[in-house]
Amino acid sequence: MPLKPNIIWIDAVGCNGCSHSFLNLPYLSSLLKKINLLYHPILDSEEFKIQKCNILIIEGALKENFPKFDRNLMEIIEDLFIISDKVIALGSCASFGGMFGEGLIFNKESYGKFYSCKNKIINLPGCPIHPEWLGYVLEMLIEKKEILLDEENRPKELYSFVSHSGCVRNEYFDWKVDSEDFGSKEGCLFYNQGCQGPFTHSSCNKILWNEVSSKPRAGTPCFGCTERNFPKENLFHTDTMMGIPAKIPLGVTKRAYLTLAGIAKSLKNERLNKKLFEYNEYD
Amino acid sequence: MKETKKEVIMKTALTLFAKKGFYVTTIADIAKEMGMSVGNMYNYFASKEALAKELLLYTSRKFGDEIRKINEQNISSKEKIEKIIELYFTMAVNEPEIVDYFMRVYLSNKEIFNNGCEGMLCVSAFVTEIMIFFEEGVRKKELKNQDFFVAFGLFMGYIGGIVFLNNDGVLPKPLSEYAQDVSENIYNALKA
Repeated sequence: MPLKPNIIWIDAVGCNGCSHSFLNLPYLSSLLKKINLLYHPILDSEEFKIQKCNILIIEGALKENFPKFDRNLMEIIEDLFIISDKVIALGSCASFGGMFGEGLIFNKESYGKFYSCKNKIINLPGCPIHPEWLGYVLEMLIEKKEILLDEENRPKELYSFVSHSGCVRNEYFDWKVDSEDFGSKEGCLFYNQGCQGPFTHSSCNKILWNEVSSKPRAGTPCFGCTERNFPKENLFHTDTMMGIPAKIPLGVTKRAYLTLAGIAKSLKNERLNKKLFEYNEYD
Repeated sequence: MKETKKEVIMKTALTLFAKKGFYVTTIADIAKEMGMSVGNMYNYFASKEALAKELLLYTSRKFGDEIRKINEQNISSKEKIEKIIELYFTMAVNEPEIVDYFMRVYLSNKEIFNNGCEGMLCVSAFVTEIMIFFEEGVRKKELKNQDFFVAFGLFMGYIGGIVFLNNDGVLPKPLSEYAQDVSENIYNALKA
């Protein structure tokens, strides 16, 4: 790879949300100086043409018979794919099909068209991706450093965490105090409001959005947008079976989780069972 | 060695508590039954309350372990209900002190357990297994998805009540003869 890699960023079937998100990268201008952007749907670039590149970024889902540049989208992607050194499947749509179609390596429940070439692809799911996730991957590629991937080809550095890691509501999760009202400061969003943070691979609460916040911090449940099954139905609702969350945190058995949850619920934390502003420790 | 002795003390206490009640039974009574000195008894349990708490953990774990074995079998929820009820009724007949302790000491004297056995703390081994049984039944679409406590109260309240009637000598037939009908009623109330 040359000192300044040549990059083609092609928009497939999608909403350009990942492009817009990337524009918020705090160090965008310095990163852009380290790359040659041969084509980008929004940023200044030359007219699109099939040409060799070091990094092909595909934003959006694949779809058969979808028109693009007076051709078929799939043909364009195939032509570019073959002559690129590395491919980034950008966003949930390119990674897993997401909202609009099919992913490169994986679909929601099956393999994608480019599964046999998966060693060439880095998946960066997210709806949209966090700008710093792409920033990290590009910097690593520019520096020719190895990027360790998980079994779904996501960089471990970004996706070995769960969205729950670093959430400011973790105290409520630990003590099993539910948030009853949408938008309240208090309470965990896992039990009633559909939060998928405890089993969603992402670093949203570690690398904050706009450097200040995240969905759960602001009172919106994690929608699980970095996972293959995104989007599920009823994003603001927790699926339960006999009152027990249908999906439990990663890495723990159901038996262990229920035991711990039962104990935490039995040992009440008085401070967390009130509105934070109403608690007085000297009462 | 010490654990074995501790277990024998617990079994002895269990019988005495269940038979005479918690408040009437003294540490001295248990020591006498064991042929031990009262002082030595305190080497094993710091107080009667501590003994009561350990007994609750012990009975809950014993029942929980047995339900876990049923949970791990590849059988339908209907069959699991039958097996849990058979287990509970068998235990009520063969080891009545365990069920008696649970009903006559734990459920009737909650004040003894306020310090360290609040909520699910000492009964989680058994309640967790019931949760798993319910959750898997719903997941397999065999049981109706409903509030846990509504189902739990129906299940445990019903079988506990029948055992209570049996222990009071009210039931005209042996307890085991009610197992089939009770199982069917519970299944009909819980099924999807």
